[in-house]
Amino acid sequence: MNTPILPAARPLDEKLGTIIKLAILAVGGQGGGVLTNWIEALARSQGYTAQATSVAGVAQRTGATIYYIEMAPISDPSPVFSLAPSAGDVDVMIAAEMMEAGRAIMRGFVTPDRTTLVASTHRALAVAEKIVPGDGIASSDEVRAAAEIAADHLIMFDMDRLAVQNGSVISSALFGALAGSRALPFPREAFEDAIRASGKGVEASLRAFSAAYERAQNPEEIQQETDTTPATLSQPQGPAAQMTEWHALSARCDSLPSPVQEMAHRGLRKVIGFQDLAYGAAYLYRLDQFVAKDTPQQGYVLSTEAAKHIANAMAYDDVIRVADLKTRGTRVTRIEQEMKAQDKTLHLTEFFHPRAEEIAGLLPARLGARIENSARWMGRLERWFDKGRRLRSLKLSHFLMLYLLGGLRRYRLRTLRHAQEQAHLTRWIDTCHDALAVDYDYACELIRCRRLIKGYSDTHARAHSKFDRVVEGAGLVRTRPDAAQWVARLREAALQDEKGTALDGALKTIRSFT
Amino acid sequence: MAERSFKKEVQHLRLGAGHTFTGEGILAITKALLENGVGYVGGYQGAPISHLMDVLADAEELLGELDVRFEANASEAAAAAMLAASVHYPIRGAVTFKGSVGVNVASDALANLSSSGVTGGALIIVGEDYGEGSSIMQERSHAFAMKSQFWLMDPRPNLPSIVASVQQGFELSEASNTPVMLMVRIRSCHVTGSFECRDNTRPSLPVKDAVANPRRDFNRVVLPPMSYQHEQDKINNRWPAAEKHIMDKGLNEIFGPATSEIGIVCQGGMYNGVIRALQRLGLADIYGQTEVPIYCLNVTYPLVQDEFSRFAEGKKGLLVIEEGQPEFIEQGLSTMLYRSQSPVQLHGKDIFPMAGEYTGQVMLDGITSFLKTHAPGLLPGQTRAPNQEAPEIPDLSQTVPIRPPGFCTGCPERPIFAAMKLVEQELGAHQVSGDIGCHIFACLPPFEIGGSTMGYGLGPASNGAFDGGGGKRAISFLGDGGFWHNGLSSSIGNMVYNKSDSVAVIVDNYYSAATGGQDVLSSRADNPTKSTNNPISKALKGIGVDWVRQIDHTYDVGRMRDVLREALTTDYNGPKVIVASSECMLNRRRREKPIRNTAIRDGARVEVPRFGIDEDICTGDHACIRLSGCPSLSLKTLDDPLRDDPIASIDQSCVGCGNCGEVADAAILCPSFYRADVVHNDTGLSAWWARTSRRIIAGLQARRRATRLEFVEVPQ
Repeated sequence: MNTPILPAARPLDEKLGTIIKLAILAVGGQGGGVLTNWIEALARSQGYTAQATSVAGVAQRTGATIYYIEMAPISDPSPVFSLAPSAGDVDVMIAAEMMEAGRAIMRGFVTPDRTTLVASTHRALAVAEKIVPGDGIASSDEVRAAAEIAADHLIMFDMDRLAVQNGSVISSALFGALAGSRALPFPREAFEDAIRASGKGVEASLRAFSAAYERAQNPEEIQQETDTTPATLSQPQGPAAQMTEWHALSARCDSLPSPVQEMAHRGLRKVIGFQDLAYGAAYLYRLDQFVAKDTPQQGYVLSTEAAKHIANAMAYDDVIRVADLKTRGTRVTRIEQEMKAQDKTLHLTEFFHPRAEEIAGLLPARLGARIENSARWMGRLERWFDKGRRLRSLKLSHFLMLYLLGGLRRYRLRTLRHAQEQAHLTRWIDTCHDALAVDYDYACELIRCRRLIKGYSDTHARAHSKFDRVVEGAGLVRTRPDAAQWVARLREAALQDEKGTALDGALKTIRSFT
Repeated sequence: MAERSFKKEVQHLRLGAGHTFTGEGILAITKALLENGVGYVGGYQGAPISHLMDVLADAEELLGELDVRFEANASEAAAAAMLAASVHYPIRGAVTFKGSVGVNVASDALANLSSSGVTGGALIIVGEDYGEGSSIMQERSHAFAMKSQFWLMDPRPNLPSIVASVQQGFELSEASNTPVMLMVRIRSCHVTGSFECRDNTRPSLPVKDAVANPRRDFNRVVLPPMSYQHEQDKINNRWPAAEKHIMDKGLNEIFGPATSEIGIVCQGGMYNGVIRALQRLGLADIYGQTEVPIYCLNVTYPLVQDEFSRFAEGKKGLLVIEEGQPEFIEQGLSTMLYRSQSPVQLHGKDIFPMAGEYTGQVMLDGITSFLKTHAPGLLPGQTRAPNQEAPEIPDLSQTVPIRPPGFCTGCPERPIFAAMKLVEQELGAHQVSGDIGCHIFACLPPFEIGGSTMGYGLGPASNGAFDGGGGKRAISFLGDGGFWHNGLSSSIGNMVYNKSDSVAVIVDNYYSAATGGQDVLSSRADNPTKSTNNPISKALKGIGVDWVRQIDHTYDVGRMRDVLREALTTDYNGPKVIVASSECMLNRRRREKPIRNTAIRDGARVEVPRFGIDEDICTGDHACIRLSGCPSLSLKTLDDPLRDDPIASIDQSCVGCGNCGEVADAAILCPSFYRADVVHNDTGLSAWWARTSRRIIAGLQARRRATRLEFVEVPQ
């Protein structure tokens, strides 16, 4: 028999270790191409052969895009490079956004045996996250936790912010972090030379590069960034008489059980900002009703939730509030800062589109109600008012109009809208008090349902209908031991999509067993 | 003006012998064409060969110097038809487009060209859009080579090999009187590297000389009885000539030891992936010296019987590595082995997956599996019996959202689909068909408009069956690129002739935008070498459409909505066509931004718009985002415990296109949006009046502040 002509197994070619495999995952438009060019030029300048590839095409239009580079010291013949990254075979992974880092981990491009992960923690939200009526933002913490396990060496911070602070774009910060990670065997100057050679926006790029380089070398700073500073309470300013009254109300907040205090302080500010001090006193009165029935054993969850949602309900979004907010001096200052327009002329255009309902809501309650019930009058209001109005809020005439509207605070309490809001508020609060007789947690969940009411016009109407359906569904499960969970589930379902498909599904489930 | 300019890189195309060229695959191909005396070039853009068209367009001056004719063809069919010049004349010609869709469009011309046969070398450079990042249906261009019997090259993906294949392709074409398709995959098109240049060569017969001395040969015409002779000629003469040429010139390559019991047959394009897998298994070194013999098919059609038989001889197991399906090569090789009653065991898609890209992992798994069967002794210890447990990495598949491509910031198509969504909220859902182009992104959230795409320029045609009857009209979208490519005749002509009662919306963004912003007939730019500024609405009138609505500012969502509503509800019975025109923002910004920055620097009065959102007024219902999806309109989580949901927020990438304000108005959303116009270099009366107004306003604000409590943030 012939001996088989098969070569024997042998160890890996040691030179293979000299190939550096580097992948970049970016969102289209983030400058992944520029970064790739820099890295390639850097490698070639340092006596390396480099090969880069990318997948262009429609993926560049805001979609996830991948670039891949392999490099090795120059040799003859040239090494054979791969054109795409392989799972478990990437030395340096650069992710230009937090979820792209997650995607890189998911695809197996980050492994504990070899991969340096350089990732920016900022978020460019995907459409799927943004369109959810509630909070659909993906968890960065989960990605960070996975990165800590998956990466051999991890450089992670908000490189986008750092780039913007230095007047540059993220590619230069990523390049700096790459240099700072020491994952490539090239000196810092060689990186900077690559930026200089590209010849565009060099100074700003070098600034961002340098900042990111330092940052990558001082990982302890990374810790600081994750500690969010607690939000501070705003302080009142105003006439002395009102300040005295304010201090009294503020003291009432301080006398509440300690877990409720902060929310009550914030709620009180919100309703006073919306109306006046008397309205603030009414808010505290409503809150007291809940506190009276609450206990330390329950951690005052009910009262804290009440403090939050009653304030939101009392400070509803009417035309007067919008006009008031749009004409405040602090707003102009804030916008000037945001738009970097401090020493320039600024024009502001506001987009209003009042409907007949808003106009009727502004009328005195009884008159407004009569008009709202009359199709003819509503038709007239629609003809007169229902169209888009662009107001230049820094133009004197338009400002005056908004200013006068915003000054109708005192009159507000007599409007139809106020009456409607009060009625709804009272009904909801009564429901919650009734619920308390059944189950503490159930009542808490019912209070939280107020979160559903938001938006203007059609969106507001849809929100109200969702709220009503959730409350109705809550009534059906009232006597069940797991009633609270069901209400929470209904509320979450209502926040999932615009049309309420998920909510309808949840309600159907409830009806199937009640 | 294309999205990417190659003006700088094009200078490298002038390099002569003795110089090294370093750059992208696309540029290397262009250089190779010039070195090989090409007489005319053309094509139609589309990823991944858009840049090849851009390079050719930017190199027009050099092409002119060398007497090379360049046509930016109207479609792939037009490009392939242009190769007719090589039928009677000994002129080398090359055209380029994307595969497989471009080859679909070109197939009529390609079939006729292949039947006629060629005198001058005819090269079709196809960018195969397959695998990751592809934007089209997953198919192979390979089938077209087989059905029309032209030859297919698939070179190894490095610059020297790609450059060599251009010359080899021309020579093969001339030696066998058959067109040759040179296939380059997505990544090969963009791969960077270096090669040694040769001098550029002028065509031996420039097209202008050829047209001055016309030739014809009746035997080349595709008409009976010649068409029967063509078929015989393909099989009896051209094919054997091709096989002989491939062997004589060594176009396919064999690597590794001369004798072995096993071997790998792969497409040239797969070579680097195969070597990487072998490197990882300890069976190849860094330079690609392999322990396993490889028969690398740089020509994947036709397969060369004699060459393959010699490679297979003495082997027990062969592995065919062929990306895509059906497995044409494997089937061909199997037939050869079967007919010669060979005992060799042939593997391929029994081990490798039938469908999908051959990624690094697929390659490693497939080759490992083959070796386990046929040469287990070759595998390193760990692969045979893995003992090291990999650490558990948390599953992020439920966390990480998908990120499909979408409309860019400020895209003029966004308001069109926002308006369409509003119309559907009024009139209910409609039968909507899409087309090819950026506008197809409307199928995705948040718009979810349109459910089909049948091909370039075929949007309205694909609604053909839904005409008349029913309570609603069908509506279709196509772009200006698709309109001029095929839509004018196949879609609009079809509607007119059949007296269609449906609606077509032509999304006119002034460019073939999705492919990189190349000009089309209706582009507004002045193009020195092309005829632009031919209005779409004029073409519509010319073809017999009476109901045409031209919208010159798509950002006017209210008007857009009203016109759409009118088209869907009017009594007019016949084709209704809306032309919605606004310039692609990507191109507009590139054009305007430098001008604007210069103007601001020079002290001119310039207004720069940007949108913003009042945090206190936004309630976080995200209704605006569901009518936008703009990358600059995002969410922000406030650190206010009173607020549960993140609110909308506009970042500094906003270009002030106006969609947000228009949508807020048209959909009656909320008053939280504002547009801020920052006036640079404001002087004179207007500046004085702005200052004065602001002083009065500040006075009023102070007055109100004095009467009530206001809460202000106190920095700690």
